[in-house]
Amino acid sequence: MSSGERKPVLITGIGLLSAAGEGGDAHRAALAAGKPLGLTSEGFVPYTVHALNEPDWSAQIGRRDMRQMEPWQRIGTYVAGLALDDASPRDNRLLDRMDMIVAAGGGERDIEVDNTIMDDVRQGGDPEVVVNERLPNDLRPTLFLAQLSNLLAGNISIVHKVTGSSRTFMGEEGAGMSAIATAHARISSGQSDIMLVGGAFNGEREDMLLLFELGNVLSHGDGTVPVSQREGKDAGFHLGSVGAFLVLESADHAKARGANAYGELTAVKAGHGGRDGSALADRLSGLVVDSNIGADVPVLSSGTGLPDLRKAEQSALGDRPVRHVGTVFGHSVEAQFPLAVALAALELQRSATFDGATQIGASAVGSWRSEAVALLTKVKEGDAR
Amino acid sequence: MSSHLDHLGRPIVVVTGIGVVSSLGRGCAENWTKLTAGESGIHSISRFPTDGLRTTMAGTVDFMDVEPMSAPALSFALAKTATQEAVDQAGISAGDFPGPLFLAAPPVEMEWQHRFALNADAPDSESEGYKRMLAAAREKKRQDLFELFQFGTTADQITETFGTKGLPISLSTACASGATAVQLGVEAIRRGDTGAALCVGTDGSVMTESLVRFSLLSALSTQNEEPSKASKPFSKDRDGFVMAEGAGALVLESLENAKARGANILAVLKGCGEKADHFHRTRSSPDGSPVIAAVNRALEDAGVTVDEIDTINAHGTSTPENDRMEYNSLHAVFGDRIHDVPITSNKSMIGHTLTAAGAIEAVVSVMTLREGLIPPTINYTNPDPDIPMDVVHGEARSAPVKTVLSNSFGFGGQNACLVFGAAE
Repeated sequence: MSSGERKPVLITGIGLLSAAGEGGDAHRAALAAGKPLGLTSEGFVPYTVHALNEPDWSAQIGRRDMRQMEPWQRIGTYVAGLALDDASPRDNRLLDRMDMIVAAGGGERDIEVDNTIMDDVRQGGDPEVVVNERLPNDLRPTLFLAQLSNLLAGNISIVHKVTGSSRTFMGEEGAGMSAIATAHARISSGQSDIMLVGGAFNGEREDMLLLFELGNVLSHGDGTVPVSQREGKDAGFHLGSVGAFLVLESADHAKARGANAYGELTAVKAGHGGRDGSALADRLSGLVVDSNIGADVPVLSSGTGLPDLRKAEQSALGDRPVRHVGTVFGHSVEAQFPLAVALAALELQRSATFDGATQIGASAVGSWRSEAVALLTKVKEGDAR
Repeated sequence: MSSHLDHLGRPIVVVTGIGVVSSLGRGCAENWTKLTAGESGIHSISRFPTDGLRTTMAGTVDFMDVEPMSAPALSFALAKTATQEAVDQAGISAGDFPGPLFLAAPPVEMEWQHRFALNADAPDSESEGYKRMLAAAREKKRQDLFELFQFGTTADQITETFGTKGLPISLSTACASGATAVQLGVEAIRRGDTGAALCVGTDGSVMTESLVRFSLLSALSTQNEEPSKASKPFSKDRDGFVMAEGAGALVLESLENAKARGANILAVLKGCGEKADHFHRTRSSPDGSPVIAAVNRALEDAGVTVDEIDTINAHGTSTPENDRMEYNSLHAVFGDRIHDVPITSNKSMIGHTLTAAGAIEAVVSVMTLREGLIPPTINYTNPDPDIPMDVVHGEARSAPVKTVLSNSFGFGGQNACLVFGAAE
């Protein structure tokens, strides 16, 4: 475990769920087609979101546990199950020592309760009296457990028995970047052999639309303009419901249990800071250099469609071919960088978008803070799946 | 060179700066004086009306002069104050912390005051609350509210203020968060990624809705008549925890780094352990196996045996479930020695600071090591006969303390334990 030795980190399991449905093939094909999926404004006018293509939840989550969860937790718990199934037959001894990092925001509020309280106050009620009377009576007692950030990880432990360790990172897009970067660092240094890492986001929420509208980062278009071309009223992102989890594993550990890999997660570098002038572009360029992303390596961007941020990202990526995952699946905040990394791994396994690429990059620029890049590399034939 | 490595050949991690704010006051000195005198920081809530609420007390921090008041603004002010103290003590130059930030921060959401304000701004074309707020937001962007309620905001502000390096990590493991922040710092140093790490836990989130949420889960004490007596860990008549606010900050460094710059070493962070529980969202496995595993892993990681633990800084929330479970699990690990190891719960005095608790209790553990004095568990007048432990009570106890175990557990099956040792 000395600081010198670094072990190769492989991606041996992927779980995905989004407007494209579930599974690797559906997502590989959706990315290659490049068309926006699941667009709807129903209930959200004038906003357009990428709605989830709902799975048969019972395939991963029992009915009793389902009742305890709100949609963001269902998405995450379901997808974590897909990633675990993809990585191995369920083995309780392995799950018992598997480490976990989840990138999460907060859970859904009870919109009806909120609306009633705001309505009461609009009708002339004293705000403090209304809140004190309504909340204790109207809130479902267990709703809190569907809102606490770390309770997605908690549900994954309960439903799938992943219990080696459980950590939840917060902080919007940066949470997904830190989660992947920390998991990579822990495995490459020998602090962990196998980790479940990822995030989940429900984009079909008025409370989330409100938060991002306050920052003027939502697109007011109809969602058909690609992220790479968004300007004016189209500038910004459309929320998308996405779950993206990966099983990361040291090469030795994967070999010992006979697991094959989608590819190697070769490098993950993350940054943070102000964005005045060329600060963001300069930091991103540094991350690209530190990650050794070759000048012709294609990149999957998890960026947002905000023109200034996109320009900074473009200047750092230079002439590399870039595809924006947000065009197809929408923006899933904490889950967006894990989504891009997962799609890059699928593409390495069997290319559909970047013909025959042996290395693919993933990039991320958070709508307000945080940026990251990753490099993935094809593994040699015998180790590939 | 090898003297800088631990029993597993990893860089030894030391504590070179600590800082704390709680309802007892600002800074290590004031907190230590009051903690060892057995003073309570719990009081009736004055921040907001408590009419109709089942619990009307908390350990709110009311002396921070935060204006306008909000949970993220107070959480930042608390974190900043504790961090300033820790960084000053470590002798690290202002605004240029030479390593990353690991921040345990409360999940924050827009608050009622903001919802009402947006509603008041809304055009009359909309009638439903969220539609009104969205219309108001479209008309008049509120970058201030957007930034205030980003989960990454507090970490961003601490990073800006203290100049920590790289992408800061905001984390939550519920009531174990503070300990997890420390653990992440230890791991980064052991990997050789950094020579120093700033580990902070903060929580300034006592408001009507958070109080109601915990109340609805029957987690809070309702012994409102005498607030200072409500938090009574390990007592027979304990009936829940008391919400509280505060922050704890620790500067961790590799021993090599600390020595090279001539820093004063306060304590050694010997080991960490964690284990998740899959039993239930709020309850622990009846057999205690995840807590037992977390304690055992921390001891193994630290390279110490149960016989070397001189005192335990308990999670000790004062809920019926936690305190019994903590005893049963410790009994399983320590055997009959658990009856003789002095144990104490700081929460009897400062309440349960939730996200910050693990960090604050880590700071108190370091002070305990340095002073050779174990703060009492107050309100221990009616011991629970089913929890036969040597609970330090009455007054602080002098004892030679070389090694401390600090426990933190949380909803969602979170269990994290830290082992601190005296500086050589």
